[in-house]
Amino acid sequence: MSYIPNTPDERLDMLAAIGKREIGELFECIPSSLRLDELKLPGAKTEFEVIDKLSEIAGKNTVFKTCFRGAGAYRHFIPSAVKRLAAREEFVTAYTPYQAEMSQGVLQTIFEYQSVICRLTGMDVSNAGVYDGAHAAAEAAAMFKDRKRSKTVVSSAVRPMTLETIRTYCASAGSELAVVPTKDGVTDLEALAKAVDDKTASVYIEQPNYFGIVEDAEKTADVVHAAGAKLVVGCEPISLALLKTPAESGADAAVGEGQPLGMPLSFGGPYLGFMAVKSADMRKLPGRIVGKTSDSKGRDAYVLTLQAREQHIRREKSSSSICSNEALCALTAVIYCAAMGKEGLCDVADHCLSKARYAAEKIAAVKGFSLRFNGFFFNEFVTRCPVRSSVIMDALEKEGILGGLPVVIDGEECILWCVTEVNTRDEIDNLSNILQEAVK
Amino acid sequence: MSELIFDKSKAGRRCAVIPCRDVAAVCVPERYRREVKAELPEVSEIDLVRHYTNLSRKSYGVDNGFYPLGSCTMKYNPKINEDAAELKGFTDIHPLQPESAVQGCLEVMHTLSEYLCEITGMEAMTLQPAAGAHGEFTALSMIKAYLLDRGETSRTKLIVPDSAHGTNPASANMCGFTVVNIPSTADGIVDIDALKNAVGGDTAALMLTNPNTVGKFEKNIEIIEKTVHDAGGLLYYDGANLNAVMGVARPGDMGFDAVHLNLHKTFATPHGGGGPGSGPVGCKAFLAKYLPNPVVKSENGIFSFERPEKSIGMSKSFFGNFLVCVKALAYIMTLGAEGIREAAENAVLNANYLQESLRGTYDIPFDGPCMHEFVVSLERLKRDTGITASDIAKGLIDRGMHPPTMYFPLVVHEALMLEPTETESRETLDSAAAALKDAIAAAYDNPQSLRDAPVSTPVGRPDETAAVRNPVLKA
Repeated sequence: MSYIPNTPDERLDMLAAIGKREIGELFECIPSSLRLDELKLPGAKTEFEVIDKLSEIAGKNTVFKTCFRGAGAYRHFIPSAVKRLAAREEFVTAYTPYQAEMSQGVLQTIFEYQSVICRLTGMDVSNAGVYDGAHAAAEAAAMFKDRKRSKTVVSSAVRPMTLETIRTYCASAGSELAVVPTKDGVTDLEALAKAVDDKTASVYIEQPNYFGIVEDAEKTADVVHAAGAKLVVGCEPISLALLKTPAESGADAAVGEGQPLGMPLSFGGPYLGFMAVKSADMRKLPGRIVGKTSDSKGRDAYVLTLQAREQHIRREKSSSSICSNEALCALTAVIYCAAMGKEGLCDVADHCLSKARYAAEKIAAVKGFSLRFNGFFFNEFVTRCPVRSSVIMDALEKEGILGGLPVVIDGEECILWCVTEVNTRDEIDNLSNILQEAVK
Repeated sequence: MSELIFDKSKAGRRCAVIPCRDVAAVCVPERYRREVKAELPEVSEIDLVRHYTNLSRKSYGVDNGFYPLGSCTMKYNPKINEDAAELKGFTDIHPLQPESAVQGCLEVMHTLSEYLCEITGMEAMTLQPAAGAHGEFTALSMIKAYLLDRGETSRTKLIVPDSAHGTNPASANMCGFTVVNIPSTADGIVDIDALKNAVGGDTAALMLTNPNTVGKFEKNIEIIEKTVHDAGGLLYYDGANLNAVMGVARPGDMGFDAVHLNLHKTFATPHGGGGPGSGPVGCKAFLAKYLPNPVVKSENGIFSFERPEKSIGMSKSFFGNFLVCVKALAYIMTLGAEGIREAAENAVLNANYLQESLRGTYDIPFDGPCMHEFVVSLERLKRDTGITASDIAKGLIDRGMHPPTMYFPLVVHEALMLEPTETESRETLDSAAAALKDAIAAAYDNPQSLRDAPVSTPVGRPDETAAVRNPVLKA
């Protein structure tokens, strides 16, 4: 089955129309030594067989009933309307909206998405999204580099994968990267002040950071700006419903992982990287941007704009090559934000915050599981682990629970827990009971 | 009807509601609290559903009609692939679950990687890149790491034909390479003399799309390969046009050392209005140790992750756009070995049939059989009538089809690039040819109708100059 509508007879007629007898004649331009006999792949399967086989493979994964793991990917409630609307085939099977007149729907959703990201972050200008949160951080680092300032400084309190991604991008560009140590679970601002110099283009921190702790972003911004560098804050989007915005903290760019906004866990992708900046840096922003204008009859019209920034115009002068992005994920995010709404997103954030605190108290009450850090946290926190973490994880897995992520901090075995609105009080109580049993 | 979702907001309206909080409330300390709530819309579920349903109706996908967007391979996106990607055993899997609890996901990745290796003639594969350009960046980073590792620091130049996609030189720049553009011949293929002059001890690699962006197979590929390799450079294959040759010829056999694929083009995963895509990178064995972290290995039927010895590191979080990979795997399983070749053959047949139908009406700058796409030039039409490629494209919208790619490749003036794909029927191609000819006739009979086009859409041509001069980028 190859989804080709033309029958063998029709194909022969079409070949005749172009003066050919057989299909092989169309490939004569390929040197015969390079022509392949056959692919060593299995034969064709019917739809029934394919879904059967893939269901069997999917069945080899464990779908945990309860999840207390985050660390960059979060299980949240996704309203049915979000899934259904984002699955509309006109959205799903469209290309990038190059032909604006027949793509007003897609363009308007991107404009709405940009608006939502600006409203959440407090920033002035958002792009249409990039690959994911780590990629957004790497793009932001590249965006602020110039001839005089090309060094990137990153807090070691960011997610390890984000740090590794920034490192890859800096290594390929041949530009310097400095990593600042943490102190008590947050970025060490004294060390940061020493690391930021007149070659530093930007500094990257996460809010809340990898350990779940809310950083003092305002003080960080002061330190960074005193050295003439830019501050990029990687933020968790649901927390933005309650927490001080990157703009209020003085950040120059807000980036982050948009997955919590309606995307399932999906073994890590597709996710969504969001990026927003102040007006002054609008032309530095990579990726697609949609603007509102009008047609000759004065009707509102949306269009891809400021394209002079992009690879198809700038070619080898471009600091980013992004072309395809994660448009359908951006659409999902804007529909999710509209579905939850102004109050609903605050409710979700309030649940995360309150339940995480309840869980932290319950877990910390189990002997040996005290909180590793004291700072204010949102929906993730680190506890010590008095036994080998695998003992705990195995005990939880038996009950259908994915425990927090085992992490080692300064040589000490710890667990990074995550609690969201989908975790109930009963689940948390059950978790603490299992922990108690496990360390007996 | 172009009201924004924000315009439909009414204080107090709710759509999704979560259960009552069953634990004590925690307050955010003032120093961490945002001052005012984010102004997100307040709408009911029916408001939400009608708003986005109506916006979907102002969009156009492959499911709506013919979409011959050259270089983008807008083939039909089979529905079974969507069902496969919606299986709970794939969507509800946390990426940091223990390996023992994700054996199915790893099997998908391992199987797809093996299939893609076979299709490309490569020896190792990563599925991590999220898009074609991301694949380019990843593969060039690997090439850079390889060269540095060998102490070949003087190899700083990347050769790129002038017909290349803009992402090629941009990705090269991101990796700190200097781009050397080489011209194409009058036949639209790589100028061998220019290539020979360009290569040397400073050559890192040649980036090549084959078939190239004017729809021609680089018939001198063996000479190209020898020229670059003899100079000590590597060959990089941009897989944007693999749909023309999959199952027929393989980049690995052509001598390419690394390749990126576009699962959202060649392997029928939907474009989603711009993404998510997936841009796997394949390479020969000598580059495998530089692949991004991690790769999947299989031992005695058990799958696990492993960091390649000299990995360039991660190019994004986690393991790639996994659900897109599931769709591509479902597609390859459905087609099988024969179906893949059949798809390529019919993609080329359809393109040639459409090209032949337009001969005489459209100027075809690089004549002769094409591969899966071809380019026409409207330079003469513009000179005769003042009607541009853009005017014809807009006229085609009124004639019920998505226009071809405009003004690309840059080497052809007033270019339109048509890629019908294998999943279009003869009737669709015939009616598209009729529409394309009708638009040319209108350029002579009623040019104003084309300048005013489109008139069948919710809006006419947006004022792009005003959009740039006075950017309105949010509400």
